[in-house]
Amino acid sequence: MQTFDYHRPASLAGALEALRGAEDGKILAGGQSLLPIMKLDLVGPSALVSLKGIAELRGIDREGDTLRIGAMTTHAEVAESDVVRDAIPGLAAMAHGIGDAQVRNVGTLGGAIAHADPAADYPAALVALEATVVTDRRHIAADDFFRGFFTTALEDDEIITEVTFPVPDKAAYAKFPNPASRYAIVGVMVAARRGGVRVAVTGAGRGVFRVEAMEHALSDEFAAGTLDGIAMAPDDLVSDMDASGEYRAHLLGVMARRAVEACG
Amino acid sequence: MPTVTLTVNERAHTTDVESRTLLVELLRDLLGLTGTHVGCDTSQCGACTVLVDGRSVKSCTTLAVDVAGSAVTTIEGLAANGKLHPMQAAFKEHHGLQCGYCTPGMVMSALDLAGRNADPSEAEVREWLEGNLCRCTGYHNIVKAVQEGARAMGGAS
Amino acid sequence: MSETGIGAALRRKEDARFLTGTGTFTDDISRPGQLYAHIVRSPYAHAKITAIDTTEAAAAPGVAAVLTGKDMAADGVNPLPCGWQIHSRDGSPMAEPGHPALAVDTVRHVGDRVAVVVAETRHQAREAGALVEVTYEALPAAASITAALADGAPLVHEDVPGNLCFDWEIGDAAAVDEAFAEAAHVVELDLVNQRLIPNAIEPRAAIGEYDAASDMTTLYTTSQNPHLIRLLLGAFVMGLPEHKLRVVAPDVGGGFGSKIFHYPEEVIVTWAARRLGRPVKWTATRSESFQSDAHGRDHVTHGELALAEDGTFLGLRVSTKANLGAYLSTFGSAVPTYLYGTLFAGCYKTPAIYGNVKAVFTHTVPVDAYRGAGRPEAAFMLERLVDLAARKLSMSPVVIRRRNFIEAFPYATPVALEYDAGDYHATLDMALQLADYDGFEARREEARGRGKLRGIGLSTFVEACGIAPSAVAGALGARAGLYESGQIRVHPTGSVTVYTGTHSHGQGHETTFAQLVSEHLGVDVDAVDVVHGDSAKSSFGMGTYGSRSLAVGGNAIYMAMQKVIEKGRKIAAHLMEASPDDVEFERGVFRVAGTDKEKTLGEVALTAYVPHDYPEDLEPGLDETAFYDPKNFTFPAGAHVVEVEVDPETGTVELVNVSCADDVGTVVNPMIVDGQMHGGLAQGIGQALLERAVYDDSGQLVTGSYMNYTMPRAADLPSFTLGTHVTECTHNPLGVKGVGEVGSIGVPPAVINAVVDALAHLGVTHVEMPATPEKVWRTIRDAQA
Repeated sequence: MQTFDYHRPASLAGALEALRGAEDGKILAGGQSLLPIMKLDLVGPSALVSLKGIAELRGIDREGDTLRIGAMTTHAEVAESDVVRDAIPGLAAMAHGIGDAQVRNVGTLGGAIAHADPAADYPAALVALEATVVTDRRHIAADDFFRGFFTTALEDDEIITEVTFPVPDKAAYAKFPNPASRYAIVGVMVAARRGGVRVAVTGAGRGVFRVEAMEHALSDEFAAGTLDGIAMAPDDLVSDMDASGEYRAHLLGVMARRAVEACG
Repeated sequence: MPTVTLTVNERAHTTDVESRTLLVELLRDLLGLTGTHVGCDTSQCGACTVLVDGRSVKSCTTLAVDVAGSAVTTIEGLAANGKLHPMQAAFKEHHGLQCGYCTPGMVMSALDLAGRNADPSEAEVREWLEGNLCRCTGYHNIVKAVQEGARAMGGAS
Repeated sequence: MSETGIGAALRRKEDARFLTGTGTFTDDISRPGQLYAHIVRSPYAHAKITAIDTTEAAAAPGVAAVLTGKDMAADGVNPLPCGWQIHSRDGSPMAEPGHPALAVDTVRHVGDRVAVVVAETRHQAREAGALVEVTYEALPAAASITAALADGAPLVHEDVPGNLCFDWEIGDAAAVDEAFAEAAHVVELDLVNQRLIPNAIEPRAAIGEYDAASDMTTLYTTSQNPHLIRLLLGAFVMGLPEHKLRVVAPDVGGGFGSKIFHYPEEVIVTWAARRLGRPVKWTATRSESFQSDAHGRDHVTHGELALAEDGTFLGLRVSTKANLGAYLSTFGSAVPTYLYGTLFAGCYKTPAIYGNVKAVFTHTVPVDAYRGAGRPEAAFMLERLVDLAARKLSMSPVVIRRRNFIEAFPYATPVALEYDAGDYHATLDMALQLADYDGFEARREEARGRGKLRGIGLSTFVEACGIAPSAVAGALGARAGLYESGQIRVHPTGSVTVYTGTHSHGQGHETTFAQLVSEHLGVDVDAVDVVHGDSAKSSFGMGTYGSRSLAVGGNAIYMAMQKVIEKGRKIAAHLMEASPDDVEFERGVFRVAGTDKEKTLGEVALTAYVPHDYPEDLEPGLDETAFYDPKNFTFPAGAHVVEVEVDPETGTVELVNVSCADDVGTVVNPMIVDGQMHGGLAQGIGQALLERAVYDDSGQLVTGSYMNYTMPRAADLPSFTLGTHVTECTHNPLGVKGVGEVGSIGVPPAVINAVVDALAHLGVTHVEMPATPEKVWRTIRDAQA
């Protein structure tokens, strides 16, 4: 790992200042994605700005039909939160399946979505749940936030403060994990609300994507059986040692059905 | 060089570190607490697991500067007055270790689970240990040890 | 049985230090003035080194030296030797190209060592390592057996034509041809025993140190056999006399074979420390471990079994191509030959067997022994063929096995071994009962109702442990002895230190060996310490591998105890004014038979060290050493039954039940024996379902970290159901056989047989390991097409 300057500001303003003052500064949230790639010298920022000292970035609350989760809230906190379990149990369950216990204790919602790993779980949840990413300067719809392979709409000096989720009628996530890394080979989040159904997929493409054919079918009738016969094109999906595009296409259908079934 | 003040096994330490110094490097190289081990460089094996403010974390994926002000507990901080902690005792009683290399991380991870669940099922223990690799035991006896250790801790408190 | 003797599930003496974080692993050791080594490794599978510019690296902060293969060669450091010479079937010796610790002009696998940077800190060494400018001329690579054997394949070593190290055979080809000519049925199978990466959780590490005042060189290393490393490093590689070279293997965090071998990094740190006059430490990152620890298995095999109408085995013909990697590792040549072909008989009285093994160099990490070493490959081939035969003949897999079991002992196989004892029906009976084999069809039916395909599979197998005797092994090409040393030092007040040449890296020797002393000398286990892992302390020994520690080392300790008892008997007889012939020894007490006169071992020991009233012609002291060279291998055997449920939608295989009945001979500590079984089973299941090392065509290791090499996790495995049926080994005094490798040998074919059973109704006859979800899903889909 290369050396860097370390900052731990106590306020959002301080964080922005530190970030702008650095030549190649990066935000340190939980560090569970950033530190491993820094250890392998895949990235070498000149400065890290830790958000740990900013209390306002943490916490979970619900106002009416909106669930708000602070950017620095850990996966474990989301998984164990009674508020989340009550509002969107499928989201709590998804958070419980991220990484492993140690990663969930430290890894954060903001860090995970800013990193935008194409096999991470949260992007599927945000897109399916029609979440809004709130930053120090604007609100970004999840559909606009994720821009493909490790890419987001965030500007270099922009800091995520929270994510808001409109509470759906029902939602569930089904994941087929990579046996080694435990990242999603295919993860499917299904969310249903009066306006329609969303099906968002992670792990299978260069970034999170929606499956409109499934959304239409489920909007007509919300039952696993309605997905039968909706085939994905293997060539459009990731193909690697652990799962060919063909297998991913098949798994996508299976996971989508299981997510629908898990919605109850 | 940043100065870090933190508590390790209930003892305060103030140490100069590089910003890139990992918590595990602080523990092993600067404080001589070599009970915390390193088994991989991709944050998966869990041999380096310690408790930071009571929660299990991978000390190889934690910057020492970023846990300044925290209370760290390592395997060296468990036994008291020559007596094994109930979780350590359970690992011994149930032969939950062989070579001993993954053991400190396993025990620290198990303590976090026990703090949340005083009577975990076999399936819950197996799922919880996803972040800890063992190559010797096939996990069979570790699972038993964690279950028994958690129960013993519940009984003791 | 005493509470702490043979048969007691004594809790381990070594646990206290491991559980409190006070064990001492190699990387925990820091020597005064220690420097850190970073190894610059080849990013290419095959390349010429055209230039190495060390200028910038040498000038970097904290750098003490940057050294290359040319520097090493100039210092007269020799290549690493191979420990076993194989002869091809035409009588010629195997090709034995050199393995320099640092490559001189050619690199032959990704991770091959090119230079070493030694610096004041780990970070400085690593950062300077990035500044070493190596100019490579990349060359085409042969990264697989197929690629290496192809016409015009790139040569791994210029002087080894066709990349063929040897072409070895065992058995009687003519007899096998005859058996096949007469057979009513023949089944055959192509199968792959995939490459695995051992992955002990402690990465390898080594510290070299040189003390000019005493001219003493010390190497601390993560080794399973420090004496062997001293012999190879001292006598063969560096020309250091053994009295000036000490090798210490302290607490070692698992080995599974991968820490048997003499590795280049041990040479590099020792050589660098001597050059620089300061201790030099190297600790592998896990990424380095993947690219530099010896890998295991990697066979491609065609097997054929000839049967009579009633299912009696008539002949077995096996043809295997084995991948040795880029260089001959210490025992790389022995694994696919004498540890493999000799096991082709399994537990069956097949009268005619022939095997041929072609061993091939490739541009990959060297391959050597990994838990089971040759025997899992043999068992998998045989037990798959047997299952295939049962299906072809519409026989039960139980019945076909029973029909062919060896029942009379000793039994000489057609492949050079003589089994001394066993009861294969008994272990099979027990395993079937533990697994509720008879109730399976109802469970299959119930699973079908849940949409799951349930299958059951079994394997019955023999393995060979404690490879021996030395003379026989020597005749077959071994370049080392295969005995073990044991020393019993009874201290003046009766406590005991045991010195063993074996090495414990998880096996619990400190407990098991203390139990032997408790049993046979009557000394409390707390008054016994076991010392191992330091060539300066123990007598020369061969270390720990091949499940040999108790079978060979334990019996050496037993023999040394007999010497102690014999000497003590003379001392006690003198003290009690009796004839030694009249003195009995039991539970720590010498007694004149038929009287109440007695002397404790402690009293006798004190007399031996304070010999005021003492037999005239007897030396003082009570400290005896024995070297035990076994008369034969030992032959653990067992039956494993595995039940799986396949999710046909995803291809996921869930292990529902793993039931094993094993005969490992006399059990000293059943808790430790079960633990060894668990670990072996996990690695065997890992091979069957999860693990594989993958190289791409250019020789890049695709599975180079835990991100893509699947290690078994707790949730991947079930709890295991174990049973033990003991037949004692007839040729060693303790009656012990060995348990370390049983699980990894027996269970892989049982798992695959179960998976095939789950899919057999679709016409599936084989699934390659690892049976990953995609592979199983594809198999189901193709069968249904």
